[in-house]
Formats: sequence, structure tokens, C-alpha cells
Amino acid sequence: MARTILPFGPQHPVLPEPIHLTLEIEDEIVKSAVPALGYVHRGLEKLCEIRDFHQMIQIVERVCGICSKIHAMCYCQGLEELMGVEVPRRAKYLRVAWSELHRIHSHLLWIGLFADAFGFESLFMQCWRIRERIMDINEATTGNRVVVSVNVVGGVRRDLSKEHQTWIGEQLKLVEKEVLALKSTIVSDYTVKRRTQGVGVLTKDQAHQLGAVGPVLRASGWAQDARMLGYAAFDELEFAPVVEYDGDCYARLVVRFREVLQSVDLVRQALSRLPEGDINVPVKGKPKGEVITRVEQPRGELLYYIKGNDTKFLDRLRIRTPTFANIPPLLAMLPGVELADVPVVVLSIDPCISCTER
Amino acid sequence: MFMTKNVIKNLLCKSATRMYPAVTREPFAGFRGMLENAIDVCIFCKKCQLSCPSQCIKVDLKARTWECDPFACVYCGVCVDVCPVASLSMRATYRPVTAEREMIFMQGPPKAVKAKAGEKKEEKKEEE
Amino acid sequence: MNETITPITVGELPALAQKMWDEGMRLVTLTAVDLCDGNLDLLYHFDKDLTMSHYRLTVPKTETVPSISGVYFAALLVENEIKDQFGTDFSGLALDFGGHLYLADEVKSQPFCKLSITKKS
Repeated sequence: MARTILPFGPQHPVLPEPIHLTLEIEDEIVKSAVPALGYVHRGLEKLCEIRDFHQMIQIVERVCGICSKIHAMCYCQGLEELMGVEVPRRAKYLRVAWSELHRIHSHLLWIGLFADAFGFESLFMQCWRIRERIMDINEATTGNRVVVSVNVVGGVRRDLSKEHQTWIGEQLKLVEKEVLALKSTIVSDYTVKRRTQGVGVLTKDQAHQLGAVGPVLRASGWAQDARMLGYAAFDELEFAPVVEYDGDCYARLVVRFREVLQSVDLVRQALSRLPEGDINVPVKGKPKGEVITRVEQPRGELLYYIKGNDTKFLDRLRIRTPTFANIPPLLAMLPGVELADVPVVVLSIDPCISCTER
Repeated sequence: MFMTKNVIKNLLCKSATRMYPAVTREPFAGFRGMLENAIDVCIFCKKCQLSCPSQCIKVDLKARTWECDPFACVYCGVCVDVCPVASLSMRATYRPVTAEREMIFMQGPPKAVKAKAGEKKEEKKEEE
Repeated sequence: MNETITPITVGELPALAQKMWDEGMRLVTLTAVDLCDGNLDLLYHFDKDLTMSHYRLTVPKTETVPSISGVYFAALLVENEIKDQFGTDFSGLALDFGGHLYLADEVKSQPFCKLSITKKS
């Protein structure tokens, strides 16, 4: 039987962002896949030459819409390390609280999209309805639903009053109750298991050799989480990386579901231990030198390389996003998969192509 | 048979979504909806123009004008934070719908300093 | 910065890649920085159990750098991107997009260099 070349993407109903894969198919089984990127390349790294390093915070936030606050946090952390600024403890705890809220909403968004990929639309709608509570928390406490813009170099811009904290606690109780009500459908449903178990397997060795990060790595048995580095008050909170061992799409679904519950617990810990103090310190001077920082985005490990040359424009800003690192494992997962399962496998790495191509 | 309870519950309960536009939600306080400038307080120092990440504000000190492109603005609120006289503020409602693209153009009042200098000169002349 | 960057030369690069592979280090990424004197700084970042080690390779922009995608398959995406943006040639790429991973076919200059070089092929 001759091989067929099938283009997957850039427009596809399951893809949140455009990526093109050229699939070679024989008898409906994929034999190989070649990616083609560049549909949303905006050249944001080069903008650091004409926007000064304070204005770059807003630009860096817009690399990705779903994990925007975490990009800004990594950038501010890098600059603070470079300029020797000590962030107050209250600001660190507030950053943790907002980061973990972002992780909850990103994972809920992904579970909804993943369910939509194999046709389970009512689960998609239920997950996004729960996510609306987190969007309301974002809007009330920071001023915006999606791109929250609360980080500055030296701390955060907004504070959480006591009323906000109690209200967030009540909303999180409702979120946890509703997520646990969906647990039996997401984790134990027969149809979900048939579509996802054994599909797109990434073995433990492959995950390490191809440089997988985030839930893709943790679903293959490696207990690695960049939050263990202890940045921004994570060293004072108690948590352990969520690990599964099968390496297929079902394992990735279970990892992300358990991370939602872990993040709810982390927000509660951060808010209960919130210390008093300032929320930011004034910053003077210009960055000089090189620094490399890493944080844990919902999709994996994010790395920033910042080089300053003592002017208000940075010399070089390099962003390595987790989806960029997860594309080679995707190319290794696809051979052997049936054509109808290709959307499920592509979505299981949580592709954020606007992050990949900045 | 298993669905009867769900069906009856769905028919008798009220809807899960708000009946917009008959019922609207109050905006949260602190929401960044619209940028406004109290032009009488503004000193035209250009700090907002220098700190804007999308370069949408134009300030002219000589002509005492403040102009903002509401379509280029990303509503980040950095200008509100850096304004030294707190003349910039963000309202919590969205901009109303318009049929054409308009810039927000504000003309400030003329400087009041010249009158004071004139008064001082008159006072000195009287003293002499 | 509390991490040091070890300088290496072009000849040491394949041996370094093999040594990192044997030690079980994960390749995190490559970074290219344009030093405005006609040279390019290539930084290689490796990680094992959340401890990173970095290596710096300074080459003139016209030189061809050996690719490590034979050892680390994941490097091919980053090396293609650096080829698009800075124009450096990598020899022995496992999957070569020929400088058109991001850029359209008619683009001839390197968008990221402050001073571009023209290649005579």
C-alpha cells in the first residue's frame, strides 16, 4: 500500500493555535511526522532593542495568553537577580498565589479542550464553567481576566485585602467541590480510558533523551518540577511533584487533573501564611550582566536568558518555552498512532504555539 | 430511566447562565476598563508617554494637549501608577460602542503661572 | 549570576555533547547572542536534577558549527531557529529546514543580527 502524505493543520478544530504537521500515513497508521512552524511568529524577542526593560514586562506577558503572569514573573525575577533587588516576602507569597491560580485555570482549560478533542463536549463545557470562577477572581483582584499585569520589577502592583482573601477561600472551596464532582468522569470513565490509554506512549528513557518537560515528563515517571528550585516562596510551601508512570495520554490527563487539586492546596497554603509588609520596593539603576532564570509554567519548565549592558535597553532576551522543548517528544510519539488518534496525541502535550514561536 | 432525575431537575431549576442583556453584572472595583485624564490637574510632564509599552499616548507641553489612541492602548495601567499628580485614572466600565475610530484628545487650560508672576511684580512695585 | 559559564572551542563541541549524553544530562536549550564585533556567542545549557551547567562558544558569524542533533535529537529545532535568525550554518543537522523554519522563502537577510553578513554560496 503506497504511503499518503496528509497535512495536519495549521487550521484544525482541535488545535488552539496553528501548527503544521506533515504526516506520512500507511493504512491509517502514521509512519512519520515533520513539523512546520512560523504561523504566529511575532518577533517579540527583538522588541527588547526598542522598548526599555520596564516596558518589556507588558510585552513579555503577551507571549502567551494562558500563562501570561508566569512569563512576567520569570522576567522580573531575572532582572531582580541581575540588579540585586530583594523582593519583600509578602510580594513573593502574592506572586505564588496568582501563579497557582493561573495553573488551575490553564489545566482546566486544557482538560476541556482535551475532552473536546475526542468529542466529549459536555465535559468541555463543565470544565470551562468551573474555570469562570478563577477568571472572576483574577478580574476582582488584579483588574483583568486573562493578561493580569500585576508584576513589576521589585514586587507586585496590587495587594490582596482581607475581604479578598476570604472571598478567594470560598471560591476555591466551590472550585474544589465541582472539580471533585467531575473526577469520576475524567479519571474513571470507560470511554475516556478507551480513547486515551495506550495511545501516544513516551517511555521513560525517550522522555529524558528528547528533553521533555512538565507534565509530559512527569507522566513518564520522572519526578522533576522546576518549582522545587524554590523561587518566590515555593521553598517555604509544602508540595511534591505529581508523577505517573505509564507515559500515555491517560497518564498526562491524570497528572494535570491531580495538579489542579495540588494548586488549590498551594493557594490555600500561600494565603494562610501571607506575611505583612510592603508589596514592592523602588528600583533604580540599569541592568548589567547575564542571568538565567527558570520557573515552572503550567506546561513545563520556562527558561529566560537576559543580558544587559548598562543601558535601559536589554542586549538580548532569550525565552525557551516548554512547548518548544516538547515538540521533539511529540515527533517521537506520533509513529504508530492511528489517524483518528492524532488530534488526541497532539493535544496531550498541551501545545501553546504562540509561546513556541513568540 | 437514569436520566429522569436530571431531566426534571433541568426543567424546573432556573438557568445556569445570566439572562444578559436583561440582567447585567456589576463590574468589579479595580477593573481596568477605560483610561481617563482629569485634564485640569495634568502637568504635561510626559511620564505617561515615556512609560507606555504600546506608545499610545502623545503629550505636547507647549500646546498643553494630551492625546491617547484607545485602540492601541492595552489597558495595563502603568501610566496610572507613574503619574505624579494622579490625574490619570481607570474607570471600571468598558468603552461604549462607537461607529468610527476616534482618538481621545484633550486640551488643557492655559497656564496660570503668568498671572501670579504679574501679581508679584505689581506687589514689588508697590513696596518700592 | 550564581552559575558559571565554561568557555569551549568549536573542536571540543562534539566531544562535549557525547560526554554530556553519557553523564545523563538533559539538553535544555541553545542561546545565540550577537556580539557586535562580527562574532556570535553560542551558549549551551544542560541540566541534571535541576542543577544547570552552561558552556559558551564564541565563533565568527561566517563559521560553520558542528550540529549536536546526532547526539541530542532535540537540538535540531533550536539549531534551525538560530540558522533562521542569525544565519549560522550547522553541519550535519538531522532535519534541515534550510533557513526557512520561520521565514518565508523570499526573505534573504537575517532578522536578528545587528550587523548582518552576506553569505557567498
